[in-house]
Amino acid sequence: MTDTRQVTESSEAVIEARGLHFRAGASHILRGIDLTVDRGEVVALLGANGSGKSTLVRALVGINTPSEGTVRLLGEPLGAGRRGAGVDWSRIGYVPQRAGAGGGIPSTAQEVVASGLLHGRRLRLPRGWRDQVANALEQVGLADRVRDPVHLLSGGQQQRILIARALVREPDLLVLDEPVAGVDVASQEAFAATMERLVDGGLTVLVVLHELGELEPLVSRAVVLRHGKVVHDGAPPRARDDHDRVGHRHQHPHGDDNGGRVVRDTAETRALDLEVRP
Amino acid sequence: MIMLMLTDPFMQRALIAALLVGVTAPVVGTYLVQRRLSLLGDGIGHVALTGVALGWLVGAGMGLTPNDALAIPGAVVAAVIGAVLIEVVRRRGRTSGDLALAIMFYGGIAGGVFLIGIAGGSSGNLMQYLFGSISTVTDGDLWLTVVLSLVVLAVGVGLRHALFSVSHDEEFATASGLPVWALNIVVAVVSALTVTVAMRVVGLLLVSALMIVPVAVAQQVTHAFGRTMLTACVVGVVVCVSGLSITYWYNVSPGATIVVLAIGVYAVVSLVAPFVTRRRPVHDPHPDLPDDVDLPAAATERAVAAAKECR
Repeated sequence: MTDTRQVTESSEAVIEARGLHFRAGASHILRGIDLTVDRGEVVALLGANGSGKSTLVRALVGINTPSEGTVRLLGEPLGAGRRGAGVDWSRIGYVPQRAGAGGGIPSTAQEVVASGLLHGRRLRLPRGWRDQVANALEQVGLADRVRDPVHLLSGGQQQRILIARALVREPDLLVLDEPVAGVDVASQEAFAATMERLVDGGLTVLVVLHELGELEPLVSRAVVLRHGKVVHDGAPPRARDDHDRVGHRHQHPHGDDNGGRVVRDTAETRALDLEVRP
Repeated sequence: MIMLMLTDPFMQRALIAALLVGVTAPVVGTYLVQRRLSLLGDGIGHVALTGVALGWLVGAGMGLTPNDALAIPGAVVAAVIGAVLIEVVRRRGRTSGDLALAIMFYGGIAGGVFLIGIAGGSSGNLMQYLFGSISTVTDGDLWLTVVLSLVVLAVGVGLRHALFSVSHDEEFATASGLPVWALNIVVAVVSALTVTVAMRVVGLLLVSALMIVPVAVAQQVTHAFGRTMLTACVVGVVVCVSGLSITYWYNVSPGATIVVLAIGVYAVVSLVAPFVTRRRPVHDPHPDLPDDVDLPAAATERAVAAAKECR
């Protein structure tokens, strides 16, 4: 089934950012970012704290309005005229870094996840929304918490609620901002298993990570940010060669099929730890 | 005795107005508490006072009788403009929203007293708007109240899921392509309409209490957004109707009675709720997941025992 998908896939860019700048007051946070994510890719966005990773993904989903540059989501421009009017938001899911303070009124897991079913011009819940919400909660292993107030769940569980909220609309593109920060290893493994299933089903993923961790086998490309610029775009630094892994797709155009990355300490990987002058 | 009250035409109009306000104010109040803007209603109320005086001034200029014929339309216009302004300020920079609200508080009252003097009235004329005058509700007022309440309810209930999404997590709503700006304006306008609807019943100074206190009561007994809104509406209707009924037999201010009653309900519920709603949780609050440390055998046994205790 992996093969059929490869045949039907076009090389359409799901995310396309060109010359992105973002300024917050006097701070120049993003300084000319070019980033393309193609359909079916799993791209990890790496970088130290403060390198601009979150600012970048927030600009890519329309929360931050870039000072310069353009973003296209699923081929449609974001921010031109009526902001993102042409973008098919039903195909995009966003998972923020951590549960915000939430509102002043406690809400149940069901209510929070159901809000993920609203997007674009859809302002009312579709028929059968309860089943869709239950299904999404099932995917993150919180099916029995439908009626629990979210603020009483643990931090890791709240993070999974946010993932369910993004998954409930069955997106083709998932943008995650540090989904496993502060989550224990067992939950990270469960999350990685869920992601693997979804990626095998054709999901495109852009994920901000501090370290590759449990997601490492899934990641097809890594983009490293330093000081608001892309300093590396290509093979992810990884511990093992997993080309023989079932479902691995040889479609990323970075010539990483020549087996040059078997050992962790290749020159390229080590270069990431060095100071890179833009 | 109750029949006597229900057949009194003044009381009939007043009761309908109280009923409508009892439902609409908590619906809007739920969104305001959700977005941590509990004092927005107060800010709008103060600005509406300037609108009342402005309506009075225009009415006097046009030689209308009674001279407060345009007071309510003036309040509606001023309240809507004020609410939208607060939203604009809030959007431009969150920190200054608090300051903008404060300036509206002072400017609204000062503007109202200032303009009413120019219009040839006295600040005494503003009292009925500040503290309510439900017994003077006319048929025309009642119709306006009915129409505005229906608009508020249609928007507040019909768009509840979208308004919840925007109020709960504005950034996620933006990243979902929802028309966040338009929905925020909708909340602001609906809040303004509610303030002017409730103005005749409890007065501009107490409007906000009717929007917020029922929600505070509901929060004591429920942990879901939808239920909070529903419970708040029930509380709102009960305190409005019973508060008003009390004033039929005792000569006290309806607005003040309703608000005192609401706060009384809040006090009683917050004392009683902990005993009523405390149930054993369905789940062990600690999920049974392995952690990242290898434990010696004795510690593992203790962990199993601890898990049993929680079950």
